[in-house]
Amino acid sequence: MKYVDSAQVQKNMGGRLRTNQIMKILFLISTLIGLVVLVVLFYRVLADGLGWINMNFLTNRLSVDADRAGIMGAILGTLWLMLVVAPVTMFLGIGTAIYLEEYAKKGRFQSFIQTNIANLAGVPSIVFGILGLTVFVRGMGLGNIVLAGGLTMALLVLPIVVVASQEALRSVPQFLREASYGMGATKWQTIKKVVLPAAIPGILTGVILALSRAVGETAPLTVIGIPALLIPFPDSILDKFTVLPMQIYYWTIDSALVAEYSNLAAATIVILLLILLIMNSIAVIIRNKFQKRY
Amino acid sequence: MAVSTESIQKNIKGKTTETSIDEKKIVYDTKNLNLWYGEDQALRDINLKIAENEVTAIIGPSGCGKSTYLKTLNRMVELIPVVRTSGEILYRGKNIFDKSYKVEALRTNVGMVFQKPNPFPKSIYDNIAYGPRVHGIRDKKILDEIVEKSLRGAAIWNEVKDRLKENAYGMSGGQQQRLCIARCLAIEPDVILMDEPTSALDPISTLKVEELIQQLKKDYSIIIVTHNMQQAARISDKTAFFLSGEVIEFSETSKMFSNPEKKETEDYITGRFG
Repeated sequence: MKYVDSAQVQKNMGGRLRTNQIMKILFLISTLIGLVVLVVLFYRVLADGLGWINMNFLTNRLSVDADRAGIMGAILGTLWLMLVVAPVTMFLGIGTAIYLEEYAKKGRFQSFIQTNIANLAGVPSIVFGILGLTVFVRGMGLGNIVLAGGLTMALLVLPIVVVASQEALRSVPQFLREASYGMGATKWQTIKKVVLPAAIPGILTGVILALSRAVGETAPLTVIGIPALLIPFPDSILDKFTVLPMQIYYWTIDSALVAEYSNLAAATIVILLLILLIMNSIAVIIRNKFQKRY
Repeated sequence: MAVSTESIQKNIKGKTTETSIDEKKIVYDTKNLNLWYGEDQALRDINLKIAENEVTAIIGPSGCGKSTYLKTLNRMVELIPVVRTSGEILYRGKNIFDKSYKVEALRTNVGMVFQKPNPFPKSIYDNIAYGPRVHGIRDKKILDEIVEKSLRGAAIWNEVKDRLKENAYGMSGGQQQRLCIARCLAIEPDVILMDEPTSALDPISTLKVEELIQQLKKDYSIIIVTHNMQQAARISDKTAFFLSGEVIEFSETSKMFSNPEKKETEDYITGRFG
């Protein structure tokens, strides 16, 4: 006597296969909904904005006059901001990751910090804005300059760099460290000559993703206070500034007054998306190119 | 055959190689060593004297503590955070557990070859030059000499001399392991610890490594952990049999394999367990 009755199996087969088909279609629809919304959004943005993108738009100063307005100031502001965010997050983020992964004894202190970094990654960006306003803008009296905005943004994206760097360090096989220690190398020599070179692609990927987050982030800067119409270009990290997403925000809310502002916002979105696409592509290229097999 | 005695003799470190049995000096003197992983005791009251310019094999079943003991000799075992030890290990007369004993200095004198070949993902040249560079040698000419001497010492020079700049990961497993031995020679150690160095290798590569060990013992004291009893019998002068964290028997290899003193040793080497 067989437990699996082949006649019964045959009878049920049709229903099982039908359910399988239904589930497949269901999952396909879920995938498509997200995709369709994104395509519609892209289409609208491109339709509204593409016609407005030209050399003048890219190189002009801001203006209330929609025909003369350009986003050079916002592009420069974004670059200056990155110039603060990149070194600060890299130093603090990679340093923290190296300490936690390579030096700290696995114990209560280490897991306490680890939990807090995970929590920090979940703190809403507006809260970081308030922190920046309290500490950098008012506490240190910097005002709403690039340096204050950059430091705030650096803290916001720090957890991304820490977590990505930690993962990269953890993926360096222990046997490479053992080989180095076995020859009398110190911990730092081992980190510098063996661990970091092997981990650097993963770390860089994390840094670029963190920077692209900082490029697109708006909320903390609204709290710090970014002028809605800043005509002079920023020349150093001590100047007032604006960035691309802030300009999108201001043009969008003012489009009720001047209809063309919504086209300017759309054109700026295209430029911002282009920058983000390039940054993320670089991250992917680095990851693929330097992927090592052990 | 890749192992050429001529190339080996050219590269002996210049110390006297002829020592009679009575003159043999003690390299490692282990006294009442105990070791715990957290609550589990892995080594119990180990007492062993290991002599200079000999091959000492450590055999025993899995989990008997033989690898743990080997890693204690260069304090690599401390990379595991929960390890505690008691007792002493005297290396050339000094207790390696002393607070003032620098572990980096110990590991410069005591090289290690691991179970799985573990070259760095760098060129063959940079792999060998790693140790000397760590110890501050920058002069290109000196590094070149060390690289050649070490690769010759590990009997792999002829195979790799034309591709020193190539990545070590392009070599076969057996070549990688001999590269690791060469890398170990580059720091001019006094003792070489080997943790089952041939367990990941094919029989021909294993044979080459075994021949190499025979050559190396002229200049180095070698302590080798092995799972393979024939290997211990083939290459070692003395053998220690570990069981459940204790040294059951330690004697001349020829004696242990022909006429073991203890019942447990006999059971193990005749294949009744393990």
